[in-house]
Amino acid sequence: MSAPVAPAAASVTAPPPRARPSFARFLRRNPTMALGGLILILLLVTAVAAPYFAGDPISMTPAQRLKPPSAEFWFGTDHLGRDVFARTVYGARISLLVGLSVAIFSIVVGLAIGLLAGYFRKVDAVVMRLMDGLMAIPAILLAIALVALTKASVFIVIVAITIPEVPRVVRLVRAVVLSVREAPYVEAAVASGTRTLRIIRRHILPNTIAPLIVQSTYICASAILVEAALSFLGAGTPPDVPTWGNMIAQSRLYLSVAPWTIFCPGIALATVVLAVNLLGDGLRDRLDPRLARRM
Amino acid sequence: MTATPPALEVSGLKKHFPVQKGLLKRTVAQVKAVDGVSFAIQPGETLCLVGESGCGKSTVAKVALRLIEPTAGSIKLDGVEVSQLDAEAMRPFRKRIQIVFQDPYASLNPRMTAGRIVSEPLENYSDISRAEREERMALLFEKVGLRRDSMNRYPFEFSGGQRQRLGIARALALEPKVIVADEPVSALDVSVQAQVLNLLMDLQEEFGLSYLFVSHDLGVVEHIGHRIAVMYLGKIVELATREALFANPLHPYSRALISAAPMPNPRAKRERIVLEGDVPSPMNPPSGCAFHTRCPFAIPRCRSETPALEPKPDGRLVACHLVE
Repeated sequence: MSAPVAPAAASVTAPPPRARPSFARFLRRNPTMALGGLILILLLVTAVAAPYFAGDPISMTPAQRLKPPSAEFWFGTDHLGRDVFARTVYGARISLLVGLSVAIFSIVVGLAIGLLAGYFRKVDAVVMRLMDGLMAIPAILLAIALVALTKASVFIVIVAITIPEVPRVVRLVRAVVLSVREAPYVEAAVASGTRTLRIIRRHILPNTIAPLIVQSTYICASAILVEAALSFLGAGTPPDVPTWGNMIAQSRLYLSVAPWTIFCPGIALATVVLAVNLLGDGLRDRLDPRLARRM
Repeated sequence: MTATPPALEVSGLKKHFPVQKGLLKRTVAQVKAVDGVSFAIQPGETLCLVGESGCGKSTVAKVALRLIEPTAGSIKLDGVEVSQLDAEAMRPFRKRIQIVFQDPYASLNPRMTAGRIVSEPLENYSDISRAEREERMALLFEKVGLRRDSMNRYPFEFSGGQRQRLGIARALALEPKVIVADEPVSALDVSVQAQVLNLLMDLQEEFGLSYLFVSHDLGVVEHIGHRIAVMYLGKIVELATREALFANPLHPYSRALISAAPMPNPRAKRERIVLEGDVPSPMNPPSGCAFHTRCPFAIPRCRSETPALEPKPDGRLVACHLVE
């Protein structure tokens, strides 16, 4: 795809050589995307590096219960004397893990099903009715049912949130495939003997990438919110793992005495979702074919 | 006529598109886009299909390539029946018949370089080695009049005429015997049309290609065609050599069509036959001769009895009760 441009080709008709897009220019042109991306990267780094600086999120020091933020405990302590800063940082791990995993799994599964349904019209009707059925299941109910049936774990939560997200991806991919498969260049490929799998890979798949990247950010944001809701209800991640949802749930009785125990995870949650959505909006503006500027 | 089989022969070709309604997709009607078309193209010959929009010209072209599956009828390439072959069995025959599309923009994948677009057909057949592929690519670009260093460029960097040359190079890549050209010049500027037509004619001479050339432009058809088939509502109404058709069209529809073509000399007098009304719906074609609703010479027999496409004394085929 990105073969180096032959110098001869650039001579006559090509526009004047464009300046290498510098990072500063990128920031100026895409402020929302840059801000969202920056926040996300910061959070990812803190989450990954948590064991090296955040301290212990589990150990209880009842003598230090409900202490307000201080130099020792940046975000204060909760009702069991646990460090809220450490717990918030460790909570980011679960949130980001769930968000990214759900985005990746639902895109991979949805892409495969969507390509099949869009290209092979015979499976389409059956598959799409199945997807309609899946869409009707609320993620929270499914997660509660799965956790009731099996042992609570982060993996179960990821599966439970992925299942209802898949149909959205399938619909998106199918719509793209349906419009592209009628394109004359696809007919040309058929006429020149290209096998079906290669047609899908070479002519159809590339058209689905841009909308999928955008969609994946929205899925990621909603997965983080659903995970927090599940933890809040105690229906997801095991209660001994610190997550933003169960931090808020455990501290809700102390809202009037120790508001920091709720505000810290709450603000963190809002920030992540905002950052992911900003990134998604930026990507959408950038990748939308109607606003197509060459990247 | 020699004993060699026609490069492409279709007979009794039909394509009916079902019109489906309701939840259960019941078929409530059939659109008879192509309703019994037969013709044969000899090696090195150009057969033009003309007719107004919606008469089924392009459908015939796509069915002949099996891009659309025929409802009935046979398609023979070099005498071999291919209409029933499955996708895998069809692949070797796809080498023999290729297509050039109308729209030089939509028919080239915008994400692929010119080189990759033209080499795609070659990559599909493992009997063509890499070295051979390179060699053939260079030759193809030269044949269609494109610079070899344009291989690394993307379609949007080419003009319409150059893109159509790319489309022709792609069609030539597999060294086909037959090229189906589906209005290959109607999207181009007139000055570029002539270049592309002349390129097609030069290539025909050099490689002995047969063309099935679909067009609604009679000027183009007169320039490139050897024989011409006039279509109306999914059927051929007249099939004659270019000279015979343009000098003396026999079917009333052919006459109207040819009298409507603009002439280079504005002072030349010619009888204009202006047809009344619109083309009837192919979903519900008129009884008898499909043209009787608009024909200025229609007699009662035309309403009840469908005229067969029959040979006339000078060798042409005409489907009309009034032509002896």
